[in-house]
Amino acid sequence: MPELLIDGEKYQYEDAHKNLLASALSMGFDLPYFCWHPALDSVGACRQCAVKVYRDENDTRGRIVMACMTALTPGLRASIMDPEAVSFRAGITEWLMVNHPHDCPICDEGGECHLQDMTVMTGHNYRRYRFDKRTHRNQYLGPFVNHEMNRCIQCYRCVRFYRDFAQGSDLDVFGWHDNVYFGRAEDGMLESEFSGNLVEICPTGVFTDKTLKRHYTRKWDLQTAPSVCEHCGLGCNTIQGEHEGILRRRYARYNPNVNGYFICDRGRFGYEYVNSARRIREPMIRGRTASNRAPAAEGAVAVNQMGNTILPSEAAESALEAKDVLARAAELIAGRKVIGIGSPRASVESNFALFSLVGAGRFYQGTPASELKAVRRIHDLLSSGVVPGASTQEAASCDAVLVLGEDVTNSAPRLALSLRQASLRKPEAAAKAEIVGGVQSWDDAALREAVQSERGPFFVATPAWTKLDELDGSPFRGAPDDLARLAFQVAHLVDPKAPAAGGLSAEAARAAERIAAGLRSGAKPLVVSGSSLPLIEAASNVVQALRSGGLDARAVFTVPEANSMGCAMMEGEGIEAAAGAVERGEVETVIVLENDLARRLPRASLAKLLGGRARIVALDHLANATTEKAEVVFPAATVSEGDGTFVNNEGRAQRFVQVFNPRGDVKESWRWLGLIMAEIAPDRRNPWPNLDAIQAQAGAALPQLKALSGIVPGAGFRAVGQRIPRLSHRAASRTAITANVTVHEPPPPVDPDSPLNFSMEGFKGMPPAGLLARYWAPGWNSVQSLNKFQVEVAGILKGGETDRLLFPGLGAARAPSYSTALPPAFAPADGELLLLGARHIYGSEELSNHAEAVAEVAAKPYVAVSRTDASRLGLAHGGSALVRVRGEELALGVVVKDDLPAGLALYPVGLAGEGYLELPAPAKVGPGRVGA
Amino acid sequence: MSPALSVVLCIVLLVILMIVGGLLTWVERRLLGLWQDRYGPNRAGPFGVFQIFADILKLLTKEDWIPEFADKPVFVLAPAIMLVAVVAPFAVIVFAPGILITDLNIGLLFFLAMSSMTVYGVALAGWASNNKYALIGGIRAVAQMISYEVFMGLSLMGVVIIAGTFSLGEIVERQQSVWYFAYQPVGLIIFLIAGLAETRRLPFDLPEADSEIVAGFHTEYSGMKFAVFFLSEYVGMTLISALIVVLFFGGWMGPFLPPILWFVVKTAVLIAFFILVRAALPRYRYDQLMELGWKGLLPLTLLNLLATGAVVLAIGK
Amino acid sequence: MFSNLRTIWVMFLHAFAKRVTVQYPDEKRKLPSRWRGRIVLTKDPDGEERCVACNLCSVACPVGCISLQAAEDEHGRRYPDYFRINFSRCIFCGYCEEACPTYAIQLVPDYEMGEWRRKDMVYEKEDLLVNGQGKYPGYNFYRVSGLSIKGKGKGEAENERPSVDPRELVP
Repeated sequence: MPELLIDGEKYQYEDAHKNLLASALSMGFDLPYFCWHPALDSVGACRQCAVKVYRDENDTRGRIVMACMTALTPGLRASIMDPEAVSFRAGITEWLMVNHPHDCPICDEGGECHLQDMTVMTGHNYRRYRFDKRTHRNQYLGPFVNHEMNRCIQCYRCVRFYRDFAQGSDLDVFGWHDNVYFGRAEDGMLESEFSGNLVEICPTGVFTDKTLKRHYTRKWDLQTAPSVCEHCGLGCNTIQGEHEGILRRRYARYNPNVNGYFICDRGRFGYEYVNSARRIREPMIRGRTASNRAPAAEGAVAVNQMGNTILPSEAAESALEAKDVLARAAELIAGRKVIGIGSPRASVESNFALFSLVGAGRFYQGTPASELKAVRRIHDLLSSGVVPGASTQEAASCDAVLVLGEDVTNSAPRLALSLRQASLRKPEAAAKAEIVGGVQSWDDAALREAVQSERGPFFVATPAWTKLDELDGSPFRGAPDDLARLAFQVAHLVDPKAPAAGGLSAEAARAAERIAAGLRSGAKPLVVSGSSLPLIEAASNVVQALRSGGLDARAVFTVPEANSMGCAMMEGEGIEAAAGAVERGEVETVIVLENDLARRLPRASLAKLLGGRARIVALDHLANATTEKAEVVFPAATVSEGDGTFVNNEGRAQRFVQVFNPRGDVKESWRWLGLIMAEIAPDRRNPWPNLDAIQAQAGAALPQLKALSGIVPGAGFRAVGQRIPRLSHRAASRTAITANVTVHEPPPPVDPDSPLNFSMEGFKGMPPAGLLARYWAPGWNSVQSLNKFQVEVAGILKGGETDRLLFPGLGAARAPSYSTALPPAFAPADGELLLLGARHIYGSEELSNHAEAVAEVAAKPYVAVSRTDASRLGLAHGGSALVRVRGEELALGVVVKDDLPAGLALYPVGLAGEGYLELPAPAKVGPGRVGA
Repeated sequence: MSPALSVVLCIVLLVILMIVGGLLTWVERRLLGLWQDRYGPNRAGPFGVFQIFADILKLLTKEDWIPEFADKPVFVLAPAIMLVAVVAPFAVIVFAPGILITDLNIGLLFFLAMSSMTVYGVALAGWASNNKYALIGGIRAVAQMISYEVFMGLSLMGVVIIAGTFSLGEIVERQQSVWYFAYQPVGLIIFLIAGLAETRRLPFDLPEADSEIVAGFHTEYSGMKFAVFFLSEYVGMTLISALIVVLFFGGWMGPFLPPILWFVVKTAVLIAFFILVRAALPRYRYDQLMELGWKGLLPLTLLNLLATGAVVLAIGK
Repeated sequence: MFSNLRTIWVMFLHAFAKRVTVQYPDEKRKLPSRWRGRIVLTKDPDGEERCVACNLCSVACPVGCISLQAAEDEHGRRYPDYFRINFSRCIFCGYCEEACPTYAIQLVPDYEMGEWRRKDMVYEKEDLLVNGQGKYPGYNFYRVSGLSIKGKGKGEAENERPSVDPRELVP
């Protein structure tokens, strides 16, 4: 391995494509920096990472260079501790601090501020500047991100992330000299779906989390645990923080296999549903309310730091209550005809618990059959290795992209960020080849200068405009079946053995040729799809055709929910079958697991299922239409409050760890189901006292679930004989937090499911990667301390695996097995439009709709029609329309879209309060209101 | 003396010893206060004397706890052994003419025998507690008491040589003209030091050394069992003081006052001196303690014994 | 050896020395103003709460007896929603006062806070707040910090230039 010298010591480095700063940080040096970020690379703007380099061993004077702009060369001689370099760095910090306001105490970044850390690190501890400070006015940037421009140190990271990385356009830098201003042209919500990452990107408190501000807690007081986002199928990793029984915030957890450094705003800000007033907190029996206690006034309920109730009387009462409810549930279940309805937003363990309670054949997937079929097909394609998948992060390394029928920005937002990176791969490669002497891959400014607005082969084929259209010069528009036909044709053009789609329009044929050529020009083409079966088949054909041509083609299929894939791995029919069974009177009791059936069944079927023919036992987080009809309701733990495993769209099983013990008697669904089984069992034995037990049982019962065990160390794991603390070593106020209730500090609860502790006691060293509860290192209080937890900067985490890919993926080269299920071309029926579902990042997901900030910007119901259809049907933009679809009548506001092909209409799916509609479906759209 | 009177005297003596032991807890704190420029307990009753009752009340109402891990019978027995071992030698002390329980002709040997019994109390307490601090304390006590016992006995032999008897009554009688402290100054000093060590008083309180081993052998004791340890310490101090009075300061002898009063006054002064030593001197280090004993006091004792014997031989009877 | 004897003699002489004990509660000492006793929350010269709920006292507290929750009024001024000190745990070390960046939390010369029930030693914000500036008169955090609050906009604090107009291009 090549060597370099730092301060006279020899160090070996592996990756010659890194700069000196990244390497020094990987080697464990504390070298201050601002503008550099492992995902954004170097521009050399802040001058903070100055070091000295020497020409050779005779050079004693050396020269100061920026480490982030210095390439590694064998034998490089550098000095970090050189007095001149040290004082240079101190001087830079002092200059940066000249205008920085005196408001750390009221700054949300305080305590996890990169600027604070770097100021301490460079030793600037006394402000000599005695003159007036520059001030700025702030802007309103929407409900997610707070703006406090005074604190800015002009590192340009925000615009580099927002404009260059996330390719947003509405945040920019204004003004000049020392008046530069980072903001929008005018007040308004940031348009990018990744604006929340500014909170982590900004080295100081210019951009802070507005949702956190509502219930502010310093980083050191947060009880944190590694978790997985439940708001879409990608399964981005998160770190959630809780304090005093309230979930305070959610940050990105670094996972090089999934989300890298970033997550989307729905994932980041959708967490507040956990604190919703609609939460079910006590087991209930219909007719007898949760408990006969008057609802406690806000704040009057005693919770200790760990969030568990500590009023002894209340605890006793609630235990009694739970016992009664369990007995009632057992009565409804034991010896009766019972079916169970699972849920794609419940963990694999909870679904398995229900599966083993009701038995195979009586377990129904909690999703409509059409959705289930699509997900099963994705599962089969990926697990058989016919179509190799790619992780969200790996998608960014692909160099030619076809987005087939998916509005990725709205259905799997984090993937869109990766696709935006993918669009740069080819031009970047070309730029590197073109520039004489080459350009280092970390030299961000040079690379962007060379790339300009060049984009690699990127093709969008969707029914309507999507945000990714801006990457494709001429996006293709069509009905889903036409898109599938287009892709079939693309596959045929790439590999003539693949079935062709005849009868394409001239425009489509041209597009197919353009796409086929474009995809073939990449070394690692990617096809993104997922919303319907024909599109999945078409995408599979394209990938297989490309692979038969020797390219490392990949597919990313989006799935609707966090555990859609995990559910699809288990037997069970769709939800309509369950409704049918109830209607036929074959069922006495239905157990509904974390599922609001009103969001998955048309009104008519829903009425049959919940109409009283069968008793309902429901487990859920939030009160909804299903729990309203239930005879017995158990409060199910959210991702933040329980342990379990999700399988993401790629087939990656990821474990989430309980963050805190919530107020009330809230337990994981699998735990409730275990207690019910114990109630029924003659020996009263709980089949799975903890998560390890249920995982072992799941693996024994269903071989495909074997791999769930041991993704992260089990509950018995101890690091040097100690558990891993959820609270930082600085966690404060533990003798005062519940002192208003009792001065006797209760012992922290014991976690039976994971090796983490609900306290600050425990192992202080490097935990296994999958149990990493927070980023902190001495001198590094901000998220930038992540560097210390990576084997090398932006590489894998120290301490083993964080997740497990269940599908081996890339097998040996195999003969393609093309699908021939070519759908017929779309022909608009007379007087009818094909109503398609449109997903919205804010509004289409059930849980995040109950988060205050997300609800504020959630989409409202509408129907979108093309301009042709609008004028034909006499509809005006902003007017109202009556939509008759699948026997229902909806009065909706009209949105006229120029880009929508004639014959299609869009309707947002999954909005709060809206019922389920199976889409696409033919609809009659006309002007008017209900009843008019 | 009639057996009945003897029994009555025994009971009276026991009661007095208990009262004295209790009183000393208060006296010690008041005297320490006096010498350390503060007050000590002065709140309960006149001069704070009711502090004793407050303490007794407190100790009686405290939880009398025996640790789960202790050797229970031994744990209970240890304080009893301690108290018996310090109370029994009072049987041979002559308080005043006619006020005594029995004047054994081997009185002094009986005292030495009984006082060496206390080591069992301490050692067993340390062992039975099953606690590392208690065990360290117990072992220290055994080493310390066995070491100091050697010359404690020898230091008294000078007196025995001069008096020619082991009977305490007769030793007092022989001091009609000259109190023996004048003949045996070295013996007195050595016995004083050995007495401090035997009663584990400061500066030789290594077995309980609060600042290093919590409370040594009685770390695990609480309530009345703890009180018994304390009581035996004070009774032990009284015993050593009384014995010094008998052996070196002419017992009950003195002008004007009734003999018993002389005895009490002399004993009280000595007790006060013990307390003064506690007020003044810091705790010795363990090696210093052993060095002082084996390298300093033991040779000195032997020399003293040799010299006394030689002089007695030379002068003859 | 001699020093031991001398010590005993010196100690004996102390029997005649004056006692230093102050017979509290019969007589009380006059305490210096920087005595570390009961903790109070002071107000700034404008009569507003000085505490900005920064949590530094809470994290500085070695026994963890301070708990609070930050809140913000509609103009952006931070204040503690609740502020609780468990005096049955407090060791009066004064670290909280030392950590406080706004002079809000101060220790005052009052130590007579005995209670029969430990629970009564838990003080809430109402019990802690006093109507005065305590030991550090005149200091007003919001007058030196850059954040705008009601009645003080951007650029109006001490040592601040008026806000920049980002559209201004004059050098």
